[in-house]
Amino acid sequence: MSELPAGVGRRTVAGEERLTTEGEPVYGEPTVDGRRVWDAGRSKLGAMLELGMDTRLSGGESVLYLGAASGTTVSHVADFAGPTYAVEFAPRPVRDLVDVAESRPNLFPLLADARKPREYAGVVESGLDCIVQDVATRGQAAVANRNAEFLAADGLLLAAIKARSEDVVAEPDAVFEDVRETLGEAYELLETARLDRYHEDHLGIVARKR
Amino acid sequence: MTETDDAWFAGVDPGDPEAAAAAIRGSEADEPRDWPALAVESGFAADEGEYYDRLHEATVDAAREAARAAERADDQQLIHALRAMDDAERTANELAERLEEWAGALLDVEEDATGLDFAAVVAQRDPADATEERAISLAQRAVDLREERDDLRAFIERRAPEVAPNLAEMAGPVLAARLISLTGGLESLAKKPSGTVQVLGAEDALFAHLRGHAPSPKHGVIFTHEFVRGTRPEDRGSAARALAGKLSIAARIDHYAGDRREGVHGDLRDRMETIRARAGEGADGATEGDDE
Repeated sequence: MSELPAGVGRRTVAGEERLTTEGEPVYGEPTVDGRRVWDAGRSKLGAMLELGMDTRLSGGESVLYLGAASGTTVSHVADFAGPTYAVEFAPRPVRDLVDVAESRPNLFPLLADARKPREYAGVVESGLDCIVQDVATRGQAAVANRNAEFLAADGLLLAAIKARSEDVVAEPDAVFEDVRETLGEAYELLETARLDRYHEDHLGIVARKR
Repeated sequence: MTETDDAWFAGVDPGDPEAAAAAIRGSEADEPRDWPALAVESGFAADEGEYYDRLHEATVDAAREAARAAERADDQQLIHALRAMDDAERTANELAERLEEWAGALLDVEEDATGLDFAAVVAQRDPADATEERAISLAQRAVDLREERDDLRAFIERRAPEVAPNLAEMAGPVLAARLISLTGGLESLAKKPSGTVQVLGAEDALFAHLRGHAPSPKHGVIFTHEFVRGTRPEDRGSAARALAGKLSIAARIDHYAGDRREGVHGDLRDRMETIRARAGEGADGATEGDDE
């Protein structure tokens, strides 16, 4: 199993090994020794780590998180990462995201559309270490490509691709093949794995900017 | 200096949090830059730590305010607009009826028009005396009211997708607004079981059924949806049940999550195809869709 980023640790909770990070609890998650349990069933990035994908994160990275929703996953990211920009398009979840951000000085919430980087290019800095993407819109690969401009030369992309967002009736494998091909325009794919144990019809991707 | 023209902090006084939040919301740039370094260079912050503190305060304020503003586009305004649209339509038609009775005898109207179309014809006339003046003026008010109804409808069509994106996509904006109006709000619609959603607007029939002297209603206002109306009568109960089930899921997503989800729309399409396929299986498959 590959290394976890510094700041992410395993703890035994109710007889099970669970991922944890250190920070203010936000959504009623269980805590142990002051650490918050990171539920892989509610977080695609959590599932990628739990399934042993090598995210190449070591902790302290600067991060652009696309599709932050109410901030469940991004709260854990901000616990172990450096400056973390969280982009979410829907107003209602942003209300919760703001609450999550308040207790985390390194988390910057932005109500913006991840398909339109112009909306936040004046706020989000260039040369970032990593993009984490979990957007449920059509054209997920194009979103990743368009946001590659925020990454440093060898910056990382950690994406969870949802097959049903691209095409509800197509075979997930066919969708994922298209996504791989489109992503190839801007990224070199390092590792992909199905996240089905935790999230049905999702593909986890680790890639490096070309 | 030109490097920082696109920066959110360009021209912002570091001691003015309100201006900083407004700048975040209005910011646009062609490409990202190393904003923390540029902010220090331009004197906006003493060091990167101070920059990130200011950025944190500004983004939290901006996101909170932006989310609040978006939520003010709320369900109550939509309900008012829908009820006003219904009132405008009903009143315009009442006035048009009154006018037909009055002006039909008073003026020689050759055009073969009734109702509001008749009012539109009358409104074009020049009055010959004081009585005609009153009738023609009334015609003009009725026509104006019809225009107001159209404007209200256009407003609902624009606003409903902001208030309830999934519900508006599935039901159409006007039916979505009607369902929200019948329950008094998106939150209470989200909390209704789908069996209630199915018969919303058919309360008379429902209570007649509960008193024991009528069959249970198959559908309420959702009858106006193509999935129900366009399905042959013997399958409409199934179609209404399936549609109501997905509508209540859509309302729950809209109220509790707020983002657009593809899955629920695809599920409904699949289910409707199955229900409508029944019409083709029987011996009288040719009757499919004839009942519109």
